[in-house]
Amino acid sequence: MSKFPDKLQKVVDELSGITDENEKMEYLIGFAERFKEVPAEIEQKPYPPDVRVPFCESGASVFTRMNDDGTLKFYFSIDNPQGISAQAMATIFEETLEGLKPEEIVKIPVDVVYDIFGSSLSMGKNLGLTGILLMMQRDAKKYIEEKSEVRD
Amino acid sequence: MADTTNGKYANPDVLVTTEWVSAHLNDPDLRIIESNEDRLLYFSGHIKNAIHIDWATDLNDQIKRDYINKEQFEKLMSRFGITPETTLIFYGDKNNWWACYAFWVFQLFGHKNAKVMNGGRLKWQKEGREFTKEIPEFKPSDYKAQERYEREIRAMRDDVMIHIFNKRALIDVRSLEEYTGQRLHMPDYPNEGALRGGHIPGAKNVPWSTAVNAEDGTFKSAEELYDIYGRKLSLKLQDDIVTYCRIGERSSHTWFVLTYLLGYQKVRNYDGSWTEWGNLVNAPIEK
Repeated sequence: MSKFPDKLQKVVDELSGITDENEKMEYLIGFAERFKEVPAEIEQKPYPPDVRVPFCESGASVFTRMNDDGTLKFYFSIDNPQGISAQAMATIFEETLEGLKPEEIVKIPVDVVYDIFGSSLSMGKNLGLTGILLMMQRDAKKYIEEKSEVRD
Repeated sequence: MADTTNGKYANPDVLVTTEWVSAHLNDPDLRIIESNEDRLLYFSGHIKNAIHIDWATDLNDQIKRDYINKEQFEKLMSRFGITPETTLIFYGDKNNWWACYAFWVFQLFGHKNAKVMNGGRLKWQKEGREFTKEIPEFKPSDYKAQERYEREIRAMRDDVMIHIFNKRALIDVRSLEEYTGQRLHMPDYPNEGALRGGHIPGAKNVPWSTAVNAEDGTFKSAEELYDIYGRKLSLKLQDDIVTYCRIGERSSHTWFVLTYLLGYQKVRNYDGSWTEWGNLVNAPIEK
């Protein structure tokens, strides 16, 4: 059984197969270049404070919505246009975790950031990027709790 | 106290303009070095022929908390075809904070022929100048460095203890919230492992960013810098000064300003900074 959900695992596997450091960076830049800010129909500035990822140096915010089928869809905003790592991380999550149920999101190990960016990532950067996933998991937990309240 | 700058930086040649860099992109006698907080940033686009020096993987020893040694520095320089005669031009994100950090580390090995591009990435970008993704390749050299010589520009924790005892000048360049101990880290940045908040006794707080013009990332004028450090802190050119922050990166920016732009003669950067001092058992702290 894979450590991460299938699509996310594929990204981790592809990255681990790239030995040239420059190619690895290019692969991650590819994600950053596809980064899309949260659309205005989902959320508009000023964003509420509880969507902001604590400790993210690039000013990331996470917006989670539930699809009709009970799966989740994630949107992101990154304040710093030079926050390329945060943009890459957000796009990887957006592209690989869409359509998963909240119960699957909360099970994702947070060391995915380490698996993607490697041990050379500074402690500060690692905590900030991990914070993006933790915010997604916080939102997923809320949806799980809401569902259980409805059942009760 | 009289302004000793006469309206000029003490070492104006240490700065180059974006125009100057633009005119020297293909000069074989220089290397343009980009150093950023986010290591992906260089790969997303950089100045033509610029090389990338990553503070975490290139400048730090990968086992102990220290910088690379002489042999590692020689290997790094040789990889990029740099010789002791090569002029190095540093620039980067965050108003050149990481560029100044790299500049400072290079001075530990005595590469004096080094300059900073005033305004860094921000100014280059705002002027609409070109970025490329092409990674330049250079014929390797055989760089010979001096032994790491740090006594003059680097302070270790024992030096700081003596510094406090002698009531000499200390500048804490972190945010006011960090200085007062309300926060253990700068706003929006993670707490990188300090158990106690506050500042080193006797330290004056001048956040590093006070020295830059926020709109284009350039350094403030000599008069403005003198007003901040000379007049308000009453620092004299001969004073023994130690700067510090969280891990020594922001304080290397202030070290650069004091040493090169204002001409202070004895300025050391305490790179152990708050992540060391805030964890030291029994170290004195003020709030």
